[in-house]
Order: sequence, then structure tokens, then C-alpha cells
Amino acid sequence: MSHDTAAPHSPLTITFYVKLYIGLLVLLLATVGASYLHLGPFNFAVAFTIAVIKALLVILYFMHVRFTEKLIWLTAGAGFLWLAYFLGLLFNDYLFRW
Amino acid sequence: MSDSHSSILSHQFETLDQQRASAEFGMWLFLVTEVLFFGGLFVSYAVYRYLYPVAFAESSQTLDMWLGCFNTFVLLTSSLTMALAVHAAEAGDKRKLIRFLLFTMFLGTVFLVIKGFEYHHKFEHHLVPGAHFEFEGPEKEHAQIFFFLYFVMTGIHGLHMIIGLGVLSVLILMAYNDRFSKEYFNPIHITGLYWHFVDIVWIFLYPFLYLIGHPK
Repeated sequence: MSHDTAAPHSPLTITFYVKLYIGLLVLLLATVGASYLHLGPFNFAVAFTIAVIKALLVILYFMHVRFTEKLIWLTAGAGFLWLAYFLGLLFNDYLFRW
Repeated sequence: MSDSHSSILSHQFETLDQQRASAEFGMWLFLVTEVLFFGGLFVSYAVYRYLYPVAFAESSQTLDMWLGCFNTFVLLTSSLTMALAVHAAEAGDKRKLIRFLLFTMFLGTVFLVIKGFEYHHKFEHHLVPGAHFEFEGPEKEHAQIFFFLYFVMTGIHGLHMIIGLGVLSVLILMAYNDRFSKEYFNPIHITGLYWHFVDIVWIFLYPFLYLIGHPK
């Protein structure tokens, strides 16, 4: 698994990091704002979606996953995939018990 | 050049980049176990919130959403300073690296202090699960489940923050002693991965714990 050509340095600039940070703060305000809306069960869906977008931004850019080897994509993806299986299979039970 | 490389390149690796890729892969494998570890708690949360939605909404209202919001802001800012620390390490800028690591530690400490005040408030209002738990209304038993999850999830998250602060202080000492260079800063990079992961956990904890059913 040697990668002599792959650069360990990310191509991101300080300006980009600051813009990303401002974007994350806007999403934080969006989460707080959305919690005031009357959406019934969709309140959770909105909060969850915004959290997933924030997490993806952090993973792809702050954690440099966008610029690393496919092996890291697979590893990170596997973790969240198994968590999705866990939730999916469990709720397949709870949601249809009666 | 080869002399400086031989001191930073461990003998089992062919190249510095192979060493970097291995360190990064190792940290990600650890983070996957962390996803599953926190995942168990998030799944418990999902099941109990599904079973007792009223108790969860009522309990959530006792949390201060603005303190939680401020703490999210503090953690996101600490992620920015951590990313900038890695950026400084890439450029081989020792002074900036130490400054950003210190700033990250400062923000992590602010987060924990605010969390401490929140815990204190819960103890004073008998919202800690156990013999002295008090909660108005018929949902008391189910509300206790919410607070149990609240303390376990935020507590374990806080423990991760404390461990992160410990690692950061070691990194600052290492940076001060010129242990890092443009060619070698793996510990900074993989600690950054850990710190950002802990931030991601909070990104989910905040809306799940603080923002359900607050006063309309």
C-alpha cells in the first residue's frame, strides 16, 4: 500500500477553511431555526439531515477524506454503513411490531 | 536529508508517505470502532425516543438550548483551529502550529466548563437519574430514561474531549521540542482526525438532545 506519488498535504487554503467554518455556523443556525417550525415528524428529519450535511463537510474537508486514498473512503464508509444496518434492522423490528 | 529522514521514518516503512498512509489508516480504523461505540448509544436513544416521544420532548425542554448552541459554536470553532493547526504543520510553521493547538485546547476547555455548569444545574434541579430524581407529570419514569441517555452520551463525549485535551498538550510539548517538520507531522494530523470526530458526535448530540419539542 505504498503511495509514493500521493501528496500528504491537502490543497486547501486558510480562506477555504474559514468559508467552510462560516458555512457550518449557518447550518447550526438553520438547525436552531428549524426546531421552531411546526413540522410534526419532519422536525426530526430536518434536524437529522442538517446534522448529516455538517458531518459530511467536516469529514470531507476538515478531515481531508476528499483528498486521501480510496482505502480511507472504504474504511470511513464501512463504519457508517454498519451503523445504518444496525439502525435499519432494529427499526424494521420496532416499527412493525404490532 | 537521508539523516533527517532516518530519524523520522520508522524502519518498517519504505517511504514517509507509506508511513503517513499507515498512520492515517490506523486512526480511521480506531474511529470506525468509535462510530460503533457511540452508535450503540445513538441507537438506544432512537429506540427510546420512538417509544416515549412525549417524555423526551418534555425532558428536552429542561435543557438550555442556547447554552448548547453556544457550545456547538465553540466546538465548531475548535475544529477550525485544529484544521488550521494541521495547515500550519503542513507549512512547517512551528509558531503558528503551537498557537493554533493552544487555541484548540482553550476552546475545548471552554466547552467542558460550560458543560460543567449545565451538569451542576441538573444536579440542583434533581434531574439526575436515581433515588432523588424529580420530574413533574406522569412521564417521570420515561423522562428518567432521557436523562440517563443525556448523562451517558454527553459524559462519554466529555471524556473524549478530556482525552483529546491530554493528547493536544503532549503535541504542544512535542512541537515545542522541534519534533515536527514539513516532512513529518503525522501525530498532528491523526489527532486532528480524532478531534474532528469528537466534534461530529456533538453535531448529532446537540439537535437530538437539546432541540426536541422546545416551547413553540
